[in-house]
Amino acid sequence: MSYCFEIKGLDLFYGEFQALKNINMNIEEGGITAYIGPSGCGKSTLIKTLNRMNDLIEGCKITGEIKLFGEDIYGNMDVNVLRKRVGMVFQKPNPFPMSVYDNIAFGPRTHGTRSKAQLNQIVEESLQKAAIWDEVKDRLHKSALGLSGGQQQRLCIARALAVNPEVLLLDEPTSALDPISTGKIEELLLTLKEKYSIIIVTHNMQQATRISDNTAFFLLGEVIEYGKTEDLFAMPKDKRTEDYITGRFG
Amino acid sequence: MRNKRSEGAMAAITWIGAILTIGILLYIIGFILIKGLPHLKPSLFALEYNSENVSMLPAIITTIIMTIIALIIAVPLGVCAAIYLVEYAKRGNKAVTLIRMTTETLSGIPSIVYGLFGLLFFVTYLGWGYSVLAGAFTMSIMILPLIIRSSEEALRAVPDSFREGSFGLGAGKLRTVAKIVLPTATPGILSGIILAVGRIVGETAALIYTAGTVAQIPVSPMQSARTLAVHMYALSSEGLHTNEAYATAVVLLIVVILINLASTKLAGRFGGKAQG
Amino acid sequence: MRSRFDDLLTTLNNSMIEMGALVERAISQASQALLEQDAEIARRVMEGDEAIDQMEKEIEGLCLKLLLQQQPVAKDLRQISTALKMITDMERIGDQAADISEICLYLANEHQIIAKQEHIQQMSKVTIKMVTGAIDAFVKKDRELADWVIAQDDEVDALYTAVKKDLINLIHDNVENGEQAFDLLQIAKYYERIGDHAVNLAEWVIFSITGEHKNKRVL
Repeated sequence: MSYCFEIKGLDLFYGEFQALKNINMNIEEGGITAYIGPSGCGKSTLIKTLNRMNDLIEGCKITGEIKLFGEDIYGNMDVNVLRKRVGMVFQKPNPFPMSVYDNIAFGPRTHGTRSKAQLNQIVEESLQKAAIWDEVKDRLHKSALGLSGGQQQRLCIARALAVNPEVLLLDEPTSALDPISTGKIEELLLTLKEKYSIIIVTHNMQQATRISDNTAFFLLGEVIEYGKTEDLFAMPKDKRTEDYITGRFG
Repeated sequence: MRNKRSEGAMAAITWIGAILTIGILLYIIGFILIKGLPHLKPSLFALEYNSENVSMLPAIITTIIMTIIALIIAVPLGVCAAIYLVEYAKRGNKAVTLIRMTTETLSGIPSIVYGLFGLLFFVTYLGWGYSVLAGAFTMSIMILPLIIRSSEEALRAVPDSFREGSFGLGAGKLRTVAKIVLPTATPGILSGIILAVGRIVGETAALIYTAGTVAQIPVSPMQSARTLAVHMYALSSEGLHTNEAYATAVVLLIVVILINLASTKLAGRFGGKAQG
Repeated sequence: MRSRFDDLLTTLNNSMIEMGALVERAISQASQALLEQDAEIARRVMEGDEAIDQMEKEIEGLCLKLLLQQQPVAKDLRQISTALKMITDMERIGDQAADISEICLYLANEHQIIAKQEHIQQMSKVTIKMVTGAIDAFVKKDRELADWVIAQDDEVDALYTAVKKDLINLIHDNVENGEQAFDLLQIAKYYERIGDHAVNLAEWVIFSITGEHKNKRVL
């Protein structure tokens, strides 16, 4: 079993507040890993350290080690290269206020793809991978903001895929969507996990059981339990995990 | 019952407010049109000004030139300052507090003070004399706070999610600002610029001290010239051409309306592109 | 938190206890019908089977409703799925008791029962204890009790062998005894089956406690 991420002894502080406490976790390559836990437990914070989005937050201090396929991401790695390799999809769909085409092409253009033919190909492929090509192929040059919420989120997934990442991070990607759009995104993730390692933060435990292979339960900045999703939901080892997933928390 | 009554009273007050505002506006426009329209004649648009025809064409052209130069100076400066404030400066940075305090102070200063400053600095100290350039520089200083403030607001209004999305794709700060943030903020920045244009077009006091009042089409920026508003002020203060002054007012009014229309259209086009 | 859910789980436990009581009574009455050659009691057991079936449907409905509405996980999921599996075996035990009673109907017309009944009566007592134990273990999540129930099956099997031996001897003594011996053997076989079903119950109880069924992970 090879790992996409190896996290060792990770501590994270926002000023004086310690948001993550001694996280040790190896994340399998391929497959879907779900992070669950109550609000403010640190799961979103952890996912943001994996592509260094937390760099943008002032007063955020990190100690410990995170390796992406063996490379220390807080070492010599260029942060923009890291973010190309580790794509991210956010809680609220955030397509740029430009055309569908330009949204997808933004990433490749950023990383130096200029040829029109090549861009056309990337745009079509990415949209197809994200299972939204048929819905937008006739309106590629119209604003992406005219799409429905679910379509926008799949567009954002396509946009992340366009730079050919190795890992895909999703921060509660369906929390703003209706059940049908949610279902489509879940289906999509299940097909994408063949080619990408996927880490998803979710508040929806059924979602975690439906799509993830491994699940980590977070509480107050610590990983309480991490293991196969089926094990964790059928036979949790820790009382706190049991209380949380059975809804008897707090 | 009490609720209903107070609601009725509230509705009445708002209605009165609205009617009064529109009424006053219509009254002013009507007044200017009635007084000015009959005196609009072709000779007012003669290429050369003389005390017979009191042509306003040189003033119109001066206004346009003055506005363009002032914007060329102030807009890049102001927008860049705003970008620095919003995108680059760290919170609690001393420079930020300083810039913000300066812009706030500057925006509260009466325009005549800018005029005196322009007179002392550009006209006298730099030796530019009464000139379009001195006027334009003074105007650019005057509108700078406005442009900084409105650009800052427009940039702040760009949702952070766009920035996150861009960074998340591996785009650097510069690319994110240039390709995502600025285009999104353009309508807001434009509306600030248009307000600034309005202030330049309507300005008199500061220009009299810096650009002078010569009624001619400036061939070089170092020449003195008068804008439309200054022209109107000159006519009405001389008292000899009151009718022509009203006619000029009509033109000024139309110019302002045109600017407004153009700006909404421009903002609409940019905004439309941006927001679908 | 989730107090409504917890209330429904308590209801489920109570229904299980209730169904368990019905099943126990069916077994004990069946053995009484045999002992006393009382057709009336036998008939009552057969009629009572309907109530057990009814109970099974009720619990089944409750479990499905809980699965649908509460989407239980972990211990809740195990408890509810265990209940679903257990009621099938309990219903079968009820059928078994009714089958025994049906044979008792014929035997009631006989002049007298030829065989010594103590082994068969003993089987009835042990299986009742097993069913009670399994239900108790389910409600109290008592692993040891469940293990005890499983261990009891050996005794039931031993009793069955003993009964068989008795009956073979009877046939040796007199071939005329053959018909009755055959009926009695069938009754013993039914008790032996009841014991097996009780073992099933206990095994599912262990799953609900440990997540393992017959030492294998189910999920």
